Amino acid sequence: MSILAYIESKNKKPKKNSFEVVSYAKELSKKLSTELIVLTINIDNHSNLEKYGPNKIISVNDIALNNFDAKTYADVVSQVATKFSISHIVLGGGVDSKYMAPMLSVKLDAGYLSNVVELPSNVEPFTVKRTSFSNKSFCDASILSDNKIISLASNSFSTIENPSNPEIIDFQVKASNSNIKQNSIDLVQGKVTIADADVVVSAGRGLKGPENWSIIEDLAETLGAATACSKPVSDLGWRPHSEHVGQTGKPVSTNLYIAIGISGAIQHLAGVSSSKVKVVINSDPEAPFFKAADYGVVGDAFEVVPELNEKIKAFKAENN
Amino acid sequence: MMNILVCISCVPDTTSKINFTENDTEFDTNGVQFVINPNDEFGLTRAMWFKEQNDANVDVINVGEQENESVLRKALAIGADRAFRINKKASDSFQVAKLIANHIEGAQYDLIIAGRESIDYNGSMVPGMISELLNINFITNCVKLEINGQTVVADREIEGGIETLSCKLPIIIGGQKGLVEESDLKIPNMRGIMQSRQKPLEVVEPPEIQTKTTTNKFYKPEEKNEIKMVDSNDLDTLIDLLHNEAKVI
Ligand SMILES: Cc1cc2nc3c(=O)[nH]c(=O)nc-3n(C[C@H](O)[C@H](O)[C@H](O)COP(=O)(O)OP(=O)(O)OC[C@H]3O[C@@H](n4cnc5c(N)ncnc54)[C@H](O)[C@@H]3O)c2cc1C
Repeated sequence: MSILAYIESKNKKPKKNSFEVVSYAKELSKKLSTELIVLTINIDNHSNLEKYGPNKIISVNDIALNNFDAKTYADVVSQVATKFSISHIVLGGGVDSKYMAPMLSVKLDAGYLSNVVELPSNVEPFTVKRTSFSNKSFCDASILSDNKIISLASNSFSTIENPSNPEIIDFQVKASNSNIKQNSIDLVQGKVTIADADVVVSAGRGLKGPENWSIIEDLAETLGAATACSKPVSDLGWRPHSEHVGQTGKPVSTNLYIAIGISGAIQHLAGVSSSKVKVVINSDPEAPFFKAADYGVVGDAFEVVPELNEKIKAFKAENN
Repeated sequence: MMNILVCISCVPDTTSKINFTENDTEFDTNGVQFVINPNDEFGLTRAMWFKEQNDANVDVINVGEQENESVLRKALAIGADRAFRINKKASDSFQVAKLIANHIEGAQYDLIIAGRESIDYNGSMVPGMISELLNINFITNCVKLEINGQTVVADREIEGGIETLSCKLPIIIGGQKGLVEESDLKIPNMRGIMQSRQKPLEVVEPPEIQTKTTTNKFYKPEEKNEIKMVDSNDLDTLIDLLHNEAKVI
């Protein structure tokens, strides 16, 4: 009985949320008095993972695994889980992990809970808190089966340093062939993704038209932020669907969310409310978003946003 | 003729206030209107598109109790041919997946469409579990779906972009907005509503399935602190607050 944390990689390096996943899994392993094994696929340098306390790192390197394929990856994780007598698997909340997890749960006959936000409040039955109703509520849920899988909600657990000197095990797998072929991959270059961003600058219908988005992009660039938008903005074709956030779009769980010209409809708030700090800029003092935010500015976006951008630029220049 | 199954989750309308009863162990359905899960609605419309282009049979299925039938009737009014309700209160994703998989095994579908996630329990589990139970190809976060003969070409939304995948039928899809545009979503018309009353809605009594998870208790999020307002002529104060108080810049 051991804990397995599987972490995603990008360009042969652990993805940003990996340290959160390993920190969580380490605390869980302490709680269950068992060891923590971290599984990496095609990552060449493990030194930054060692800070977070794994007892072992299983390193799988195989060119057949260069492209993520959910079924093949589920197969690899399940081979490792079986070989190392894993009882609990901890995953991050990235799209690839969430794609693979339900397949893995059937393979291992494991109960699976997603969007977990805390360490278990109870180990028998294994009970964790997770989000539900698109962040309008939380619930306690239990896993009844012997094998257990959880995936964490993004940005819900902080990293905890716990330096260790893990044994690194090179592990050979038989990567199964997938029936699904990757034809092409189209990544937007040079932009921060909403999933990776510490800061998200989001704008709504208050911006009046797509031609006005340069003030949003400029502010995002100054802050190293991702850009996002409300649903009508993407439905109108002002911005791509991939920027639509909210209950029916992407969830946002970032450190700083800046909402500009967004009224704060219940469906919008549901998807962004788990962000830690929310700033609202809106010309209407009655906009409902002011009730759900931490800081507010009543004003015209076309005046406030460029000025704020210049001031943050100056502030950054001074403080760096 | 293509045989399509659309899995429909019945969820509270997106404007619903979320409250709980029975000592916070049950969702309070009082005054709540139930609708087709938005992600499933995009899939249903895409299924109707295939039906119009190439002729297809479109079935819809829900695991749930009798009150869900009005939502299934709506799917029939939109144009689905037959509805199945597996008569079981859905309490665990594995149970739902297993019951739908049992139905699929007896029926030979080419294309099965579910939503990326339901907006109530947000599990993101059912289609992936079905795919593994039945060993069918699975593509989730699907924002574009084309079928040509036996060949499927689908776009999957990934972090920072799009991945284009291809495979053969049969397949199960986790759909979302993009599968069709919002403005193309089908709304039932009078004729559809009249016809839906004559269409078959079969209630299936399920076998016992061992559940793997339980939901025990709900909580509302904690109340927010009071907002701090900053004058639009004093943005330096905002920067100061974000830096020194919130520590986010
Ligand atoms: C089934 C369903 C699902 C939905 N899901 C989502 C979802 O996932 N995400 C989502 O965002 N919405 C969703 N919606 C839509 C939601 O109900 C709102 O319609 C939408 O969020 C409003 O977008 P908005 O705030 O950009 O526009 P509006 O509500 O039109 O607000 C525009 C705001 O801009 C302000 N403004 C105008 N001019 C200026 C200016 N010069 N400077 C500053 N401020 C200005 C106005 O005061 C107003 O508050 C959903 C709706 C339904 C029915």
